[in-house]
Amino acid sequence: MRVRPFWPPLLAGIVLGAVLLMTFLLSGHGLGASGFFTRLTAWFGGETAREATVGNAYLGPFLKTAAHPLANWITWEIVGVMLGALLAALTSGRFRVRLDGAPKLAGPARIALAVGGGALTGFGARLARGCTSGLGLSGGAPLAVAAFLFLIGFFISGIVLGWSLRRAWL
Amino acid sequence: MSLPFYDEGVASGLLSGVLFGYVLESAGFGSPQKLTAQFRFTDWSVFKVMFTAIIVAAIGLAVATAAGVLPAKSIFIPTTFFWATLCGGVLVGAGMAVGGYCPGTSAVGLATGRLDGLFFMVGMVLGTGLFAAVFDSLKGFYLAGQGPQRQTLSQLFGIPTWAVIGILIVVAVLGFMIGTRFERAHGGPLTAEQLAGETVETVSEIGIVSVRTR
Repeated sequence: MRVRPFWPPLLAGIVLGAVLLMTFLLSGHGLGASGFFTRLTAWFGGETAREATVGNAYLGPFLKTAAHPLANWITWEIVGVMLGALLAALTSGRFRVRLDGAPKLAGPARIALAVGGGALTGFGARLARGCTSGLGLSGGAPLAVAAFLFLIGFFISGIVLGWSLRRAWL
Repeated sequence: MSLPFYDEGVASGLLSGVLFGYVLESAGFGSPQKLTAQFRFTDWSVFKVMFTAIIVAAIGLAVATAAGVLPAKSIFIPTTFFWATLCGGVLVGAGMAVGGYCPGTSAVGLATGRLDGLFFMVGMVLGTGLFAAVFDSLKGFYLAGQGPQRQTLSQLFGIPTWAVIGILIVVAVLGFMIGTRFERAHGGPLTAEQLAGETVETVSEIGIVSVRTR
């Protein structure tokens, strides 16, 4: 199948803005992602180290309610994100099973960087109380100060580190 | 009719998610190459798409509020905790520069066949677990510098919402112009064809070809 081009950024931005607005009107909050991984961590901790997780000040509350920690809107949303992305990739010829990343840091190095970058992100999103979608994008729409402060930190460190690592990606 | 519907159901989540994921993939945001190219100034799609989306949704929310169909305090607005918000942003930015994704785009990456997206998710669970483990000793920092509840830029600067949106539009237009200029100097933004490689090695070859033709 021929690979179809990406949408122009202006079009993608307008449609994403409309989807974000629809989500606000439907649910009262915006789109998110890191909240799902917090619940996934709470659930995993509950399965593997129940006592420590239930006793933990941060993750404990997710396990102390009657509801399953994953039974939440954010879980359905992330399932939807994966289905929507899969649909878009399959219908455009962009689906490929592969290990993507910096060409000069392939194989085991790429896996280590993905895990390490994920760990920084997981820790950072909990500290900030949200991620690029949940805080940056969804806080940005109602013009929250927190969203723009987060985005300033995000772009500064991303540019400093991304620029220093640029040779690996060329 | 009263908005928002506060629909926290399965269908509501799936609908928002499917559309979100479809748009992110269509913008090219399943690719860690494209996402991190923003930080190397060679592809400004992340800035362009995010800023446009924020402005479009901000206009929609402002219109709905002004028209009286969306009560002012009815939607979620995050509160600033200066140090935690800023440092959290720094760590998430570092995570993207190193790992190639943010939480939402790692789900897009995995759904488009990128196994590194799954490893990024494993890392996020580790990072979240580490945060929870040190949460008690971090609490002072986590709560430091709390701003007013649900503070907006309009409240911070004492200017109307429309003025804030106007300034954001000016910033976006400038960003589009500067970004496009940078992209042209680097042979244009990364295309779906360039990123279609079966393996990392193939993408690497394409990268070398594009360097040679420059």
